[in-house]
Amino acid sequence: MDLAAYPTTPAWDELVEHGRARASLGGFARFLDGVDLADLRVRQDAAEAAIRAMGVSFTVYADGGNIDRSWPFDVLPRVITAEAWAPVAAGLAQRLRALNHFLADVYGPQKILADGVVPPELVLSSPNYRPECLGMDLSHGVWAHICGTDLVRGADGAFFVLEDNLRVPSGVAYMLENRLITKRVFPELFRDLEILPVDDYPQRLHGLLSSLSPRPGHQPVIVVLTPGIHNAAYFEHATLAQLMGVELAEGSDLVVDADDIVHLRTVGGLRRVDVIYRRIDDLFLDPEVFHPDSTLGVPGLMRAWRAGNVAIANAPGAGVADDKVVYSYVPDMVRYYLGEEPAVDNVPTYRGDTDLRWILGHIDELVVKPANESGGYGVVVGPHASAAELEACRARLRADPRGHVAQPVIPISTAPTLTPGDPVAVAPRHVDLRPFVLSGADISVTTGGLTRVALREGSLIVNSSQGGGSKDTWILDPTV
Amino acid sequence: MLLCRLADAIFWAGRYLERTEGTARIVATHTDLFLDLPKAAGLTWAPLLAVAGVAEDFDAHHLVRSEEDVVRFLLADPQNPGALLSSLALARENVRRTRALFPREAWEILTVLHHDAEEARHGTASRSTRQAWLASVLASCQQLAGTLEGAMIDDEARAFFRLGQCIERADMTTRVLDVRAGMLLDAEPAISPYADVLWTGVLRAVGADHAYRRRVSARVKGSEVLAFLLRDPSFPRSVAHCLGTIDGLAATLPPSVEVTLAVAQATRLVEEASVRSLVWDGLHEYVDDVQQAVHGIHDALDRSYFRRGLPVTRAEPMAEAISA
Repeated sequence: MDLAAYPTTPAWDELVEHGRARASLGGFARFLDGVDLADLRVRQDAAEAAIRAMGVSFTVYADGGNIDRSWPFDVLPRVITAEAWAPVAAGLAQRLRALNHFLADVYGPQKILADGVVPPELVLSSPNYRPECLGMDLSHGVWAHICGTDLVRGADGAFFVLEDNLRVPSGVAYMLENRLITKRVFPELFRDLEILPVDDYPQRLHGLLSSLSPRPGHQPVIVVLTPGIHNAAYFEHATLAQLMGVELAEGSDLVVDADDIVHLRTVGGLRRVDVIYRRIDDLFLDPEVFHPDSTLGVPGLMRAWRAGNVAIANAPGAGVADDKVVYSYVPDMVRYYLGEEPAVDNVPTYRGDTDLRWILGHIDELVVKPANESGGYGVVVGPHASAAELEACRARLRADPRGHVAQPVIPISTAPTLTPGDPVAVAPRHVDLRPFVLSGADISVTTGGLTRVALREGSLIVNSSQGGGSKDTWILDPTV
Repeated sequence: MLLCRLADAIFWAGRYLERTEGTARIVATHTDLFLDLPKAAGLTWAPLLAVAGVAEDFDAHHLVRSEEDVVRFLLADPQNPGALLSSLALARENVRRTRALFPREAWEILTVLHHDAEEARHGTASRSTRQAWLASVLASCQQLAGTLEGAMIDDEARAFFRLGQCIERADMTTRVLDVRAGMLLDAEPAISPYADVLWTGVLRAVGADHAYRRRVSARVKGSEVLAFLLRDPSFPRSVAHCLGTIDGLAATLPPSVEVTLAVAQATRLVEEASVRSLVWDGLHEYVDDVQQAVHGIHDALDRSYFRRGLPVTRAEPMAEAISA
């Protein structure tokens, strides 16, 4: 493929430099320089056929209840060298260690608040702060067992953390599926190159969940708790349950008895449950404590958890640390709890409550985000927004400064992506990266993660709910 | 360990997959019958509606009982919840809900079948494309059955899947008997020159012609066909064979007196019938009773294992320790 005509932009490109494939990528660079565009299109078609055959699908709420859209996928992988990845992985582990210290502290002695490192009112006013969780002592001292951290690369290629997802982060099943697809489509590259595997994730997750069981020495009964088939991430819930060989349960499958023990309704009667990997938001977990009319959850679940009879991952209340205002204090938490400098930086962040005037004055240069939304909902990209959209955004900021943050527009990195239609062409499209970090007795980070790509030219929004697709992510040892 | 909700869904996955296969077979064999018989035999497409139990529904949509309309309604009409494509979609929906219980290849086969079948939705009118399409649906159904046979763990989940299959299969066989055999017995004099072909058609509608010839005789005779499809213990789609399989599967589940009684009642009904008297009168009423008894098994399974809201008894601590 002739990359001389590949457009250059102010952003860092993952694979291309000065009209050639990046030499640091070794064998993959030689493949990229040599590959024929028509051949890439054939592989892209094969990938789409594989996705249909494998039934890899996702749901968009705004799509009239269609629960069966094929997963949009670009066949060209996003490749990072093992050397570049190692310090990032170490930084992610460091970050989650600090976040778990913070959670145990907030629901315990609240030292960081007393010491004035994080303003108490900020934490105590967060909609994700759960006083119901105060005083809980969890195994390993861990509240956020599974974290999906969104990373972007700036113009010089340096990684930044864009946000931490500590509630019910999704996407890991797509990381696994993407690898299965590329193995089918590029089998010869997996023979010739040293591409590090990703498929040990389900075993690691299973090991982590087992380690949380309140009945050590007993084969634990583990369930994945899903809101059900109409949830956007249902495909992932089912995939993870299947890969771990555990039950996929809905709230109505579980009952809590008078002794605060959680049971599954089975055809053979009630069976005690030890560990719940919940994919339901806090407020829907237990109608006895939170939304009384929620039918997704299990009445009495919080009683059982507080009594120590069942482990819940992630623990209720963990979301207080992925509030986007609290996010801006994570580097301070790393210094405070670990006495270390953060290995991966935050994107500079302005807080609605302290920097409101400045944000309002520069709104057309900034990305404004609600502090507690996910999935890209409510994000306003200043340079791309109309005057009316900016005015509406200003109004929301004034009404709820605490509920918003703003960040400079990062020219996030691009990766070569096949464009639809004829002639076959490859163009730069913006990407991010969501690695998944597991925290129990020790911490492990996925090899790479899920690369999401904004398929529309110039777009910075990579969420699948907003026209994004994905790519396989290769951590490559080019010395082999 | 199997959740009540999933037992219900996997049971229905079995029913809908069997219904998909059964519908493909009756439409394909009826189409074949038209190729074998002269127009003078007066064969129509209406009996297919009766076998599928959708005649009233069909008429309510003001359709004409032509080949085109009947076949489209049975295979591809979205207005017909019992159409082949609707059954297939429901089967896939139930497998999606219970995906974690199936081997991964099963989901892929079903997904490909579903997509291919959807694409062929408009090709049902022409006999040649229809037959090729139905043959491929049947082949995929068998591929799926073979995959499950070889790769699905032999546990409660599989038992409920197979219970769904067997109940649907028994139901389909009784409906073929009721309509097709009933019609032949009523109209014997007028169509006698073609009786052999038509009785063979009855056998083919449940894929039994080869089995019948090996087991009974090369000569196809009405009363023998009835007896064979009802009672032959060695033919997998006979009602008796289905009930025997159901009995064996039920014995592997947590005990339910209600299910045991329902299976026994249906079995007795089939074993004790006098086929000779059925030939002369009362076939329809008799088949009706058998169908009721088969539905009774489904109801018993529903109350014993699937139904929510009922208090569920706690597993014995001993049993829990063993299965853990």
